[in-house]
Amino acid sequence: MAMNYSDKVMEHFTNPQNVGEIENASGCGTVGNAVCGDIMRVYLDIDDNGVIQDAKFKTFGCGAAIATSSMATVLVKGKTVQEALEVTNKAVMDALDGLPPVKVHCSLLAEEAIHAALWDYAEKHGIVIEGLEKPVTDIGEHDHHHGVELVEDEDDL
Amino acid sequence: MKQIYLDHASTTPVRPEVVEAMLPYFTEQFGNPSSIYPLGQEASDAVADARETLAGLIGAAPREVYFTSGGTESDNWAIKGFARANAGKGKHLITSAIEHHAVLHACEALEKEGFEVTYLPVDEHGLVRPADFEAAIRPDTTLASIMFANNEIGTIEPVAELAAIAREHGVAFHTDAVQAFGHEPIDVKEMGIDMLSASSHKIYGPKGTGLLYIRKGVKVENFIDGGQQERGRRGSTENVPGIVGFARAAELAAADMAGEHDRQLALRDHAIRRILDEIPSAKLNGSWESRLANNVNFSFEFIEGEGMLLQLAARGICVSSGSACTSGSLDPSHVLLAIGLPHEIAHGSLRMTIGRDTTLEDVDFAVDSLKTTLANLRMMSPLYEDFQQGKVESVIERFKADGFPYAN
Repeated sequence: MAMNYSDKVMEHFTNPQNVGEIENASGCGTVGNAVCGDIMRVYLDIDDNGVIQDAKFKTFGCGAAIATSSMATVLVKGKTVQEALEVTNKAVMDALDGLPPVKVHCSLLAEEAIHAALWDYAEKHGIVIEGLEKPVTDIGEHDHHHGVELVEDEDDL
Repeated sequence: MKQIYLDHASTTPVRPEVVEAMLPYFTEQFGNPSSIYPLGQEASDAVADARETLAGLIGAAPREVYFTSGGTESDNWAIKGFARANAGKGKHLITSAIEHHAVLHACEALEKEGFEVTYLPVDEHGLVRPADFEAAIRPDTTLASIMFANNEIGTIEPVAELAAIAREHGVAFHTDAVQAFGHEPIDVKEMGIDMLSASSHKIYGPKGTGLLYIRKGVKVENFIDGGQQERGRRGSTENVPGIVGFARAAELAAADMAGEHDRQLALRDHAIRRILDEIPSAKLNGSWESRLANNVNFSFEFIEGEGMLLQLAARGICVSSGSACTSGSLDPSHVLLAIGLPHEIAHGSLRMTIGRDTTLEDVDFAVDSLKTTLANLRMMSPLYEDFQQGKVESVIERFKADGFPYAN
């Protein structure tokens, strides 16, 4: 299937921002699984004031998965933990000038990867981030990526 | 930027000689072959000549060759047309798990009509085992359809052997030869083939034209009700330019088949050897010995295929992948799963198919680009990070440990 990616998606896929790891990261989260073909891992460096100083990612997945990871890390950098929760999949999609319908799940995965890293940070530091729920997807135990895809198909009709 | 087209199993450019042969049939010789005046008769003669040429190339009689709109239609006609016409004798069919969707979905449609279908598994090289085939034959089996060569991994099936087994048991044998016709020598009589599908656009002919060989005496339902075209079995005014172009393309392919086969095979083996020598965690998919001369198919671990395709496309290289992301479905290629690949490495597959214009420089540039692309994507991959830290095992290592010979 030919993919109609926006220029913004191609820009972030060809030249992704924030690829890498952070040693002793404040929080690290991994979502998705290899069987479905997408895994995202996000590292966050959060200072004592709860501000995200740095964000890095590694992603196994298609062009959209890499582009959404890149954009999500760009968007959360410099934000407080609370503000980072507002970086939803829709925010990531909008910043990328949209995604093809079958690729919307990639933006959800990016949102979840950020949440998973925040959850890890909260657990490590014994704090509660208001409005953050334990991420549902993780390596080996997720199936909602399929559910999302189905909902998206319905929206198309 | 120079385009390097390495997707000849998808389609091929029409050769200039073919275009030249076709052109008059759009304009001056535009007649309908069913018309009685000379303009019509000339068109009718052109179709008859094309039929004779194509029949001769597969060892068939002209009256056994029917023109269709392409490989998919030929497969549909052969399978549905035969199964329905012979339903009184039995309602069981045999095919393989790695057929093209034109065959698999035609079989699924028949299952909804009450037919039963056995989908034979294949071995790790993609080969149907003759013993499995024979064991699957039942008293009510009427038809077997096994592809001549696989479109994704290039495995050439033991068609003559399977056809002989089928004939021994009174089962008709159809083969989807879309990837093999014009590339591999085919003689339907010698090989015992009862029906064969072929397509024009895979052999530098125009799209929208194909053929179905139906051996004389094989009972098949008519496919399109209409006029008397194709002896009344497939109505619709003939695609005269397409048919003329198809025959010309087939003639040209036959003229230098052996030489072009060997030239492409040398390029193929060069690419396979370089990838196995230079790229870690790579596995050749399919058989090396029984393989189309133009097909290179690999799985690369820790990366996903669509990213690889996009990065290669940015360098002007046109290839394809069995990844779910490139198929528009959630599952990776059914062929790669059937040869035993786990999902995670089926997602990271790449198919390069060589053509008449492909040079050694093209192949080297593609392999060099592939190395760069894989290094980029692996650097971004959390799976590769985990592998390097010893947290996950390599799937391809398991294949090697199990004795699969062509992996690095």
